[in-house]
Amino acid sequence: MNESVSRRRFLSRGVTGLSAVWASAHWPALLAAATHAHQAAKSAAPPKFEFFTPEEAKEIDAITSRIIPTDDTPGAHEAGVVYFIDRGLTTFGVDDQKTYREGLPELQARVTEVFQGKSKFSELTPEQQDEVLHSFDEESPKGRQRRFRTSPGAQNFFETLRQHTIAGFLIDPDYGGNHDAAGWKVIGREREHMFQPPFGYYDKGYPGWEVAAKADMKEAEKK
Amino acid sequence: MRNSGDTENLAHRTPAEPDSAILSIRNDNDIVLAARNTMPEPTRYKTTDEVDFVIIGSGAAGGVLAKELSTNGFRVVVLEQGPYLTEADFTHNEVEVLMRNQLTNHPKLQPTTFRKTPQDKAKHHRALVYGRMVGGSSVHFTANYWRFHEIDFIERSKVGPVPGANLADWPITYADLEPYYTKVEWEIGVSGLAGASPFDPPRSKPYPMPPLPVKSGGVIFERAARKLGLHPFPAPMAILSQPRPGRSACVQCGFCESFGCEVGAKSSTLATVIRMAEKTGRCEIRPNCYVHRIETNANGRVIGAAYFDKKRVTHLQRAKAVVVCANGAETPRLLLLSSSKQFPNGLANSSGLVGKYLMLNSGPSAMAVFEHPLNDYKGVAVSRILHDFYELDPQKVGFCGGGGLDARFDLTPINFASAGYDMGGLPPGTPRWGKEFKAALAHNYTRSVEIVSHGTSLPVESNSFSLDPVLKDAWGLPALRMTYKDHPDDLKLGAFLKDRIMELLDATDAVQKWASPVEEQDFAYHLLGTCRMGNDTKSSVINADHRTHDVKNLFLCDGSSLVTSGRGQPTLTISALAYRAADRITALARRGEI
Repeated sequence: MNESVSRRRFLSRGVTGLSAVWASAHWPALLAAATHAHQAAKSAAPPKFEFFTPEEAKEIDAITSRIIPTDDTPGAHEAGVVYFIDRGLTTFGVDDQKTYREGLPELQARVTEVFQGKSKFSELTPEQQDEVLHSFDEESPKGRQRRFRTSPGAQNFFETLRQHTIAGFLIDPDYGGNHDAAGWKVIGREREHMFQPPFGYYDKGYPGWEVAAKADMKEAEKK
Repeated sequence: MRNSGDTENLAHRTPAEPDSAILSIRNDNDIVLAARNTMPEPTRYKTTDEVDFVIIGSGAAGGVLAKELSTNGFRVVVLEQGPYLTEADFTHNEVEVLMRNQLTNHPKLQPTTFRKTPQDKAKHHRALVYGRMVGGSSVHFTANYWRFHEIDFIERSKVGPVPGANLADWPITYADLEPYYTKVEWEIGVSGLAGASPFDPPRSKPYPMPPLPVKSGGVIFERAARKLGLHPFPAPMAILSQPRPGRSACVQCGFCESFGCEVGAKSSTLATVIRMAEKTGRCEIRPNCYVHRIETNANGRVIGAAYFDKKRVTHLQRAKAVVVCANGAETPRLLLLSSSKQFPNGLANSSGLVGKYLMLNSGPSAMAVFEHPLNDYKGVAVSRILHDFYELDPQKVGFCGGGGLDARFDLTPINFASAGYDMGGLPPGTPRWGKEFKAALAHNYTRSVEIVSHGTSLPVESNSFSLDPVLKDAWGLPALRMTYKDHPDDLKLGAFLKDRIMELLDATDAVQKWASPVEEQDFAYHLLGTCRMGNDTKSSVINADHRTHDVKNLFLCDGSSLVTSGRGQPTLTISALAYRAADRITALARRGEI
């Protein structure tokens, strides 16, 4: 059974079955166990591609790596975005298959058009890769520097891929992307299903609404 | 998924609410709670059974009416177009929920058109979103739970006529509705602090539980507002700060807006009154039933509701009376779809006002970024609000209306990163991909908060939902056409509220801030006013009992009943109206007057 399902079941069915006070009090420990089990199960088998050929996957991986690059923190590559997209195109994104089937060859053609002697996006330097992508991104100011006949299909391909890359980088890791919560580490989101105050810097030491109201009013009087 | 709703055998499951349970750990990889389910077999009626009431829609109004009418002894069938999901089906899956419309009306199956004025040609355009499941929008909403104030019911008398709008007083006052506001708050569970706002209308009882924890964004908002002499207070939310039987207190997971609550802490009608309705043994919740026509007889009375089941087979559920709670878009659409020789302009539409006076609420917002992490992605969306601008003097400000402000963070990670689109959280001009994009995400996600305003929409007759003459939905029915152009006063109010937001942010240590533009709307979340309540049969669709002026055994109750828009956050008022309507309808039924 899919571990994320059992974890969710635990979350929801569990609490309606128990004394809610008891459940609230014991959740942190229970959740930690469920999460651990989920992660252990997940790391077992290496994923395989279902939609892309290995060659296509290499190209998609290279493109996503320019959309969210790897620097001193993980990028789309480390988050396994290409696996998320591959699975997505056989599940939630079936309607987008055509966009990828037509868009990728068009992008490779652009590579050859701009950089003679090169036929693959993945063979270019990062700077060259960015130049190719800017030429597809109509909203990018750099895209206007070189004039290309903009094919609606290609623009749609880049935009779709951009959105899929963001989704694969930032989705809850339980749902097939954001491997090892790499995207959440980058943006600073903790991988927990429940939180307790204080949440951030500014609510630490908050004295309660009544006390805060009085303190603020005193300060106002001083002025 | 438990959205069985197979109307052939009507064998759907109901949410479990067992009275005892044990925790069993089967093995290291699986933790399961085994619960003994003591829920009785769900009630089922045949379509040929003439039940007392068919209720169309199970949201903030329909769920309440189902519970109240079945508790009062009536036999009730609730027809819900969406599936019957429960906590076990709810996830944090942004792709399924936000991109694939798992919990909402579907733009491909239920396409809509939009135009600004009746003179324009409507174009295919996604114009609205609503919760499409048992519990309706009360399942996926943010759970802001403001009462309307006294002014909202009597604004016409107080400010006089407003050119270009048809502002009207309600046939009921705040005092009439107050006991029902209190009933909602106590019955479903609302967190808040009574007396914290000097602008609050009078209340007969405090909130049943304390406010939810303040967030960093709330603290920043509160301090800045007090510096300016304003009166911030803990946001009233329909989310439990303390557990209730069968429901957990909020676990601060942060996935409220657009998502269903996995722990039953959000006080949707699904998590509350619908379960109570089913327990009476007299109420059947029948999901996946898309009502397309209310049938009438030669005497001009309704005899039941015709619907498509999941397999698109049509059925007629017979009933002595029908209560439509399908929301401010689908309720008028259904009346217009139910036209007949006797009712050529649509059912209950002798006034010609069915679908008109659409109001959406509106208001600009601003994002702000701070030096240290707020982590406002944790916790409920809103922890602090203020109502200092709720009631403004039109003579002084030059427009009619008012609003409230809140500090919120309701952007899921993918939404936050979708800069350049409708709901992104990054500053304008941020590159949409690449190194700088990533750097902005990494810096801003934990350090941002949004100040959002919520304000009046004035009732304008040409703002409406109607049937599109060309476009059809996946069932072959005329699609919804939205016509909407904000009243000039609404835009002036927007500009006013934007200035107040920026003043408030100026009183903080924000390192960066930017506001959304004040502009005309073409998308609806709040669906209000389209079958307005009133005493005059020519200028309203229903009376104060929620009975249509034209059809004795047809009642309407949902956002469409509202005469004014309030200042945003209409859900509590919709549920309070439903409790009141249930009392009125029960009294009429017991006197044999339906």
